[in-house]
Amino acid sequence: MIAELGLAALWLCAALAVLQLIGGALAQRGDNASDLAAMVRPAAMLQGLLAGLAFACLLWVFAATDLSVKLVATNSHSLKPMLFKLSGAWGNHEGSMLLWVTVMALAGGLIAMVEKRLPEKTMQATLAAQGFVAIGFYAFLLISSNPFERLVVAAVEGQGLNPLLQDAGLAFHPPTLYFGYVGLSVAFSFAVGALLTRNVTPDFARVMRPWVLGAWVFLTLGITAGSYWAYYELGWGGWWFWDPVENASLMPWLAATALLHSVSVLAARDALRTWTIMLGVVAFSMSMLGTFLVRSGLLTSVHAFAVDPERGTFILFLLGIYIGGALLLFGLRAGHVREGERFQLTSREGALVFNNVMLSAILGIVLLGTLYPLLTEAFDVRVSVGPPYFNPVGAIFTVPMLLVMAVGPLLRWRRDSIERIKLPIAIVTSIIVSVAVLAAIMGDMAVLPLLGLCVAIGLAVASFLPLRGRNLLRVPIATWGMVLAHFGIAVALFGMASDSAFTKERLAALQLGEEVTVGDWRVTLDSVDPVAGPNWTAMEAQVSAWRGSGAPILLQPQSRNFWAPPMQTSESALATQWDGQLYAVIGNRTEDGRWQLRVWWKPFVTFIWYGGLLIALGGTLAAIGRVLADLKRRSVRARANSRRTERREKGFA
Amino acid sequence: MRWTLWVPLALFTFFLGLAAYQLSQPKDDVIVSGMIGKPLPQFSLEPISPDRPGVSTADFKDGTPKLLNIWASWCLPCIAEAPHLESLKEQDVQIIGIAIRDKPEDVARFLNRHGNPYTRIGSDDLSAIQFELGSSGVPETYVIDSDGMIRYQHIGDVRAEHVPMLIQQLEAAR
Repeated sequence: MIAELGLAALWLCAALAVLQLIGGALAQRGDNASDLAAMVRPAAMLQGLLAGLAFACLLWVFAATDLSVKLVATNSHSLKPMLFKLSGAWGNHEGSMLLWVTVMALAGGLIAMVEKRLPEKTMQATLAAQGFVAIGFYAFLLISSNPFERLVVAAVEGQGLNPLLQDAGLAFHPPTLYFGYVGLSVAFSFAVGALLTRNVTPDFARVMRPWVLGAWVFLTLGITAGSYWAYYELGWGGWWFWDPVENASLMPWLAATALLHSVSVLAARDALRTWTIMLGVVAFSMSMLGTFLVRSGLLTSVHAFAVDPERGTFILFLLGIYIGGALLLFGLRAGHVREGERFQLTSREGALVFNNVMLSAILGIVLLGTLYPLLTEAFDVRVSVGPPYFNPVGAIFTVPMLLVMAVGPLLRWRRDSIERIKLPIAIVTSIIVSVAVLAAIMGDMAVLPLLGLCVAIGLAVASFLPLRGRNLLRVPIATWGMVLAHFGIAVALFGMASDSAFTKERLAALQLGEEVTVGDWRVTLDSVDPVAGPNWTAMEAQVSAWRGSGAPILLQPQSRNFWAPPMQTSESALATQWDGQLYAVIGNRTEDGRWQLRVWWKPFVTFIWYGGLLIALGGTLAAIGRVLADLKRRSVRARANSRRTERREKGFA
Repeated sequence: MRWTLWVPLALFTFFLGLAAYQLSQPKDDVIVSGMIGKPLPQFSLEPISPDRPGVSTADFKDGTPKLLNIWASWCLPCIAEAPHLESLKEQDVQIIGIAIRDKPEDVARFLNRHGNPYTRIGSDDLSAIQFELGSSGVPETYVIDSDGMIRYQHIGDVRAEHVPMLIQQLEAAR
C-alpha cells in the first residue's frame, strides 16, 4: 500500500510539472493570458510536497524491509543495520533518481514560495524551465526505472547492499552531491528564465547567487567526502584517481566555482551578463553529463553503478533536449542581451574574468581527458587517461589562477593599478621564492609538488591580506567566507603537495613479531586473528607503531570477506597525527606463512580534507552573508517604498 | 562575434553524436583475470564427501591438466551446470571441486541428485581459498595446467556451448 501511495504521488508530480510548464509558457504570450499562469507557483509548491511524500514512502518500504518491492529485494537485507537500510534507499539507480527529483521539486517549491524579487514573468519562465527538466526525470522514473515496482512473488530475503557501500560516510556522499546538482539545476532554470524574458540584471544575479553558493558548498562537501572515502576504503593509499566518476563530480564543481565568481560580478557591477548565463547552462550540463557517464557504462570506472545502456540512452535523450535546447536558446537569444558594464583589465572584475577563463580551461582539460577514451574507442583504440595527463596539464592553468587569486581580492572594482597593491604582491612573491629556495636546499623534489608547496604557502598568507587594515568586527560575513574559502584552497593544496612529495611507502612480507621502518616510524606485526562481524568475516592484524620513544599506537587493518554478496574488501587502519597519517593495509598470506603488510606515512595528508571543509565553511558563510544582506536591502527598499506612498497619499509627491 | 554564441551548441552536438554512436555499439568488456599465468595458491582442504578425498595444491601437479570447479550445494546455477560438468567428465576430463561454505549432508544430497563429476572435493568453509584464487562467486571454473598454473578462469555456470572451449583450453594446457 505504501509503495502504491508513493507511485501515485509520483504520477501526480509529473502531472503538476506539466501544468507548471504549460502555465509558464502561456504566461510568456501576454500579460496573464490565462488562468493557468496563476497556477504556476502553487503547482510548484504542491509538486515539492508530493515528491517529498513519494520519497518518504520509499524510505518507509526500505525501513520496513518490504521484500515484495523489487528495489528492496535487490538492494536490502533484513539483517542490515537501520542506517544502511535507509541509505540503501538511495544507494541504487532508481532510488537515487527519486532522491534527485525530490530535492529538485523541493527546491522548485521553495523558490515558488519565497522568491518575489524578480518580475513575475521571469519567475514563471524559470518555474516552467524547472518543470520541463522535472518532467524528463519523472518520465525516466515512471517509464524505465520505477522504484516502487512490486515483485509478483515476494522475495524470501534481500540480496544485500554492496559491502563497499556499507559505510556511514558513503551513505551521505551521494545525497550531498545530488543537493549540489539540484542547486545547479535551479541556477540553470533561472538562466533559462532570464534568457526567455531577456531580463539579465543584477537582481537576477542576486536571486541566483544563494543557489549557486549552496550547490557549490554541497559539491565541495561531496567531493571531499568521496575523496576521503576512496582514500580509506579502497585501501590504495591514494585520494584522487582521475576516475571518470570522480571527474564527473569535479567538472560541475569547476563550473560552479566559475559561475559563483561571475555571478558576483554581475550582482555587484552588472557586467559579464552572457558569460554568467552560459556558465549557468554549462554547470548544470556538467552535472547531467556526469550522471550520464556514470550510469550509461560508456566509460569503464571502478565505481560505476547501475550501468545500463538503455538507461544511458534515456539520459542521453534528456541531455540532448535540455542542454541542446538551452544552448540553442543561448545561440538565439544571447545576442539580444544588452551588453553589461565595461571595466579595465586591472580591476577586481579583470581578476575574476581571468579566474573564470582559467577555471574554464581546467574544466575543458578534465572534460577532454574524461571523454577522450570515448573518442578513441570510436576508432577501436582503447586508452586510459590518467595522472600523467591531468596533473601537469591541469597545473599549467591552476598555478597562474592561484597566483592571481592571491592578489585579486585586493583589487578595486572597475579600475585599479598594480602600483597600489605592490606591497602585498612583494610579500607574496618573497614568501613563494623563499619557500622554493628552502625546498631546493632541503632535497630534490619533483617540479609539481614543489610548485604546489610554494603556491600553497604564499596563498595561505595572501588569503588573509584582504583583512589587512580593516576593523575585523565590521568585515562583512561574506568577505570572511571568501577569506576562509581561499585559505581552504591553500590548505588543501598544501596537503596534496606534501602527500605527493613526502609520502613514504613500505610493502613488506612479515613474520609475526617482525619489524619494519617507514619514515621515522617503527612498525611491528604482532598477530593476525580471524574476527567476525554481522555479515562478514575477516583476518585482523594487530600492528604496533612507534615514533621516537613514546607509547605504541595500535593499528588494526582487516581483510574482510563479505558473504552477501560475496566480496573481499580491505579495511585500512589509520593513525592520525597532527602532522600526517600512518596508513596500514593487510594483504594476503604468502606461501611461507608471512603476511603482506603495506604501510604508508603520509605527512599532512589530512590537510586535503581539512581544506575541503574550510572551503565549504567559507561558502556557507558567504551564502549566509549574502542572504542576510539581500534581506536587509529588501527591507530598506520596502521601507523607502512605503514612505514614498505615504508621502504621495498626503499629497506631497 | 555573433557566431561564437553557437560554438557551445556545436561542441555539444558533436558530443551527443559521439555518445549516441558509442551507445549503439555492442559493449565488449572482457577483462582477463589477473590470476592467469600465476601458480595456484598453496592450500590444503579437508574432504567434505565420504567417498572423495580432500584437495591440496600438490594434487594439481601430477602431469595432467585439470578443471578446478568452485561450487556450492546452495547455489542454483551450480545445478544448471551439473549436466555439462558430467559431460566433461565423460570426455575424460578430471574435475576437482571446492565446495564453498557448505555442509557434508547438503553436499551428499546435491551429489545424489545432480551427479558427482568430481575426483576430489575440498571444503572451503570460510571462502578463504576462493578469495585467494581471485574468485568472487559461485560457480567458477579454472583450467589448471600440468604444472599447477592457472591458465583460464571461467566466471558463471558452464553451459553446453562452453564445453568444447574448455576442452580446447585443457588441450592447450597440456
